[in-house]
Amino acid sequence: MLQITCPWCGPRDEPEFHYGGEGMPLPPDSTDAEWAAVLYQRPNPAGRTNERWVHWAGCRQWMHVVRDTLTHDIHEVRPVRQPDDFGSPA
Amino acid sequence: MKRLESGGSIRRDEELSFWYDGKRYTGFAGDTLASALLGAGVHVLGSSVSLGRPRGIMAARLEEATGFVQLVTPDATEPLVRASAVALYEGLVAESRIVRGYVEEREDSARFDKRYAHCDICVIGAGPAGLMAARVAVAAGARVVVVEADPAPGGALLRDDVTIAGTTGAAWVHSTWEALGSADDCRLLTDATVMTSLDHGGLMVLQRIGRQLAVRERGGLPEMRLWQIRARRTILATGMLERPIVFQDNDRPGIMLASAAREYLARYALAPEAGVVFTSTDDGYRTALAWHRAGARVAAVVDPRHQGGGALRDAVRACGVRCITGVVEGSGADAEGRLATVRVHTARGIETLRADVLAVSGGYEPASLLHTERKGRTRYDAWWAAAVPDVPLPGEGIAGGVRGVASLAACLADGARAAVEALGVLGLAIAPMETPVVDEVSESEPAQLWRVPAPDGDESRSFVDLHRDATVAGVSRAVNAGATHIEHIKRYTLIGTGVEQGRAAKTNSGVLAAVLTGRDVSAVGTSGGRPPVEPMLFAALAGRASRERFVPVRTTGIHPSHEALSAVFEPAGQWLRPSRYPRPGETVAGTVGRECRAVRYSVGLMDASTLGKIDVRGPDATWFLEQLYVNGIGSIPVGKGRYSAMCRMDGSLLDDGLVLRLEENRYFVTASTGHAAAVVDWMEEWLQTEWPERRVWVTPVTEQFATVAIVGPRAREVMTVLAPGIDLSRGAFPFLAIRHGTVAGMEGAMVARVSFSGELAFEVSVPWDRGQTLWAAAMSAGSPWRITPYGLDALQVLRMEKGYIIIGQDTEATTTPYDAGLGWMVSKKKAFVGKRSLARPAMLRPDRAQLVGFVTEDPEVVLPEGAGLVREVHEPPMVIEGHVSSTAYSATLGRSLGLALVRGGRARLGERLFAPVEHGVIPVMLVDPVHVDPEGKKRDGWEDTDR
Ligand SMILES: [Zn+2]
Repeated sequence: MLQITCPWCGPRDEPEFHYGGEGMPLPPDSTDAEWAAVLYQRPNPAGRTNERWVHWAGCRQWMHVVRDTLTHDIHEVRPVRQPDDFGSPA
Repeated sequence: MKRLESGGSIRRDEELSFWYDGKRYTGFAGDTLASALLGAGVHVLGSSVSLGRPRGIMAARLEEATGFVQLVTPDATEPLVRASAVALYEGLVAESRIVRGYVEEREDSARFDKRYAHCDICVIGAGPAGLMAARVAVAAGARVVVVEADPAPGGALLRDDVTIAGTTGAAWVHSTWEALGSADDCRLLTDATVMTSLDHGGLMVLQRIGRQLAVRERGGLPEMRLWQIRARRTILATGMLERPIVFQDNDRPGIMLASAAREYLARYALAPEAGVVFTSTDDGYRTALAWHRAGARVAAVVDPRHQGGGALRDAVRACGVRCITGVVEGSGADAEGRLATVRVHTARGIETLRADVLAVSGGYEPASLLHTERKGRTRYDAWWAAAVPDVPLPGEGIAGGVRGVASLAACLADGARAAVEALGVLGLAIAPMETPVVDEVSESEPAQLWRVPAPDGDESRSFVDLHRDATVAGVSRAVNAGATHIEHIKRYTLIGTGVEQGRAAKTNSGVLAAVLTGRDVSAVGTSGGRPPVEPMLFAALAGRASRERFVPVRTTGIHPSHEALSAVFEPAGQWLRPSRYPRPGETVAGTVGRECRAVRYSVGLMDASTLGKIDVRGPDATWFLEQLYVNGIGSIPVGKGRYSAMCRMDGSLLDDGLVLRLEENRYFVTASTGHAAAVVDWMEEWLQTEWPERRVWVTPVTEQFATVAIVGPRAREVMTVLAPGIDLSRGAFPFLAIRHGTVAGMEGAMVARVSFSGELAFEVSVPWDRGQTLWAAAMSAGSPWRITPYGLDALQVLRMEKGYIIIGQDTEATTTPYDAGLGWMVSKKKAFVGKRSLARPAMLRPDRAQLVGFVTEDPEVVLPEGAGLVREVHEPPMVIEGHVSSTAYSATLGRSLGLALVRGGRARLGERLFAPVEHGVIPVMLVDPVHVDPEGKKRDGWEDTDR
């Protein structure tokens, strides 16, 4: 069971998080084959991988996580949103 | 084996009664069930799995392959419990079930708890290395947890005759344990097994608590407690396991591991009438010495090594015990099946010795499952002839025997080293501490003896895995059949597939495979182990999260009103919703028909509170919803709503619902009951990850509003009574409009004209806790028109009559809006999530599975949902053209109705297909899904002028 350090809440157990898949760029212009690859193919590399996770049962914020798929070492966790992104409903 | 008059750590003044297979026996406090059985003369515990041979206790710890029982308590029964892992208690009841347990049919009332703990260092194993590591860590002020599987700490120190810091091993263990227990932040767990080690210092530990106590002592204690420990560093100090030697008839009760024989003597004062030791290591001589010093008769020590044994052998000789150079190649039994004789093969010939206990030592190997289960690296160690953990895993330290460290002094020093290393990583100051002085003898090199050939060549009684009844002959068969890899041999012979994972059989089977396939022992390896280390109950994993606590059951604010109406309930997502409201003596069909008729011809009401409700607001709210919904959002006027749907990235339907525009920049969005949470997650994901600069706030408000739908041609009359202040006329309050006003005396209620039945309908939302007031007011206001509550059964019929779909039931993971017949709502003008995918050629193929209606030729037959549809009926396999997604019987139409996803379905209306089901073949006709009021005339109800 992983322990992920949420940028907002600190270290928490994996069950509090949901995995959001590998970080994938969305090409604005693409052939059908390229787009199909975006939709259906996952590189699933062995080693360092850029992933997205959400602290679902906590602050519900998304984050970028660099995780080694072989060792499960977590090298980096960055918030997707910066504090400036928050505000109050206008 | 017999109980000696004195000795051991049992408390002889405290006799305990226990029952085995219905017979009463006595043991002592401090016994395990295994030692109590041996002490009571119960040596044959049961018979083996396939050959039915008598089997008994062969180990005192994890190596045990046959000493399992069914443990029965008033609250529960637990199968395949290792007898040596159960501390004896008054009134213990066990049954002979050494290889196959059973699960009780009756409800089990035992309680299981969970706890969580965090620490700097978790030490796994309280043997010499673990205790030393804990001492050093505690002295440095670290938060420490020590986990020991046995009821008592000490490990090998409990059985071996050693002097440590000028005192006995047991005394040193006692004082060290006391000191740890009185430290500020040190938690000691005994009877607790680390079942698996997880990433990032996670440990799952099962502690046996109430199970180890007499019933009257259990009080409120749980049977077991599952600890989830998160340690910054772990120190693996699980020691070593002894391995047996394979020879003919090596499975008889009375043949046990030499270390186990020593443990049963030292702790429980159990000694043989006449014992023989068969050892390929010096360690076996310790057993002979211990027996001799306790006054037991030692017939001989048999050792294959000509010069082996060293100082320990000299000590044994000095006691006058015979030491034989040779091997044990067979055994004989008494009438009960217990060991009676040992057949010894020496250079001078064959000799038969009388013995009731044969202590066997084939060497030691690391108890390293917690390291190897996570793919921790090992190296082959020639001294131990075993794989030894090599490079520690991240966060892991390895200390003592499990690292292949041999002597007691070295284990103590290694424990201290591992603790110092861990403290260094944690940045904790280290107090200098001396390792206690130890008096011990050095050992000579073990012989690598795994197997003695059967004297008569019959290897079908030479057992490799006693639990599985797997023999040398079986391994030969596997190799001859072409199985060479150890994992193939495992599956052919079932070696290592028992509850104890064949711990005592692993190395021997690997070596045997190497010999039989002409390879080097180090090249073959052994089969990997798996978590959990020992069998555990699902109930322990579940803890209190069972039955009604497994998943929370959610009820609406109006639930008591439904109960008062004797509603029948069904789960819908996490919610409990009424299926129908039966009247006394009514059939199910009768109830559903009555409720449907009320909606079609008068007025019904339904609790729609579980419908997902989401508040979306902010300056960019319109822009945001445009991105997520397939149809236009910006063109919705304030005060109106639109039926819409959202797609996933691949163009498949995620959910449908209503987008109601309350203000210029504020929306009230509905989602299906089962998808409400997922839709909120979906919105948040896009907002946060793709458009963080957009000013939009998404708030789930499902539980804030109770919603009652008043539905049917008389709905306007009922609403007129309830909300006299709102102009409800067709012109003033059109379809899909929203009004706020006073309803049933409640100010600020929201009324929306939406419909999931095709009838005139008003959905009224008030604060959640006012739901019952609203319900009661509607029932009262509707009484002149015999307003009728209806449930999900009726709703299913009503929506089927209109061809309305439920996303997730009438769609699959690949169904697009076009496939579902919702193509009309897809905007051509704007961008939205899924649009790129909907343009893919594969999404536009005419032979995709498309949603169509169908009717059965026999109108009274209702097909089961999920039934396959075929064009031609013949012997299977048949070509499946599609499947049934929803069915219902419409009393209004007097026939059964269905929806189905059929390949190229929309171009096939009028075609006849067949549903081969359990009771025959049902012919169906594909039709348009809308059966009632296709022009949509009924949704506005009647104006006064219409009547
Ligand atoms: Zn968080």
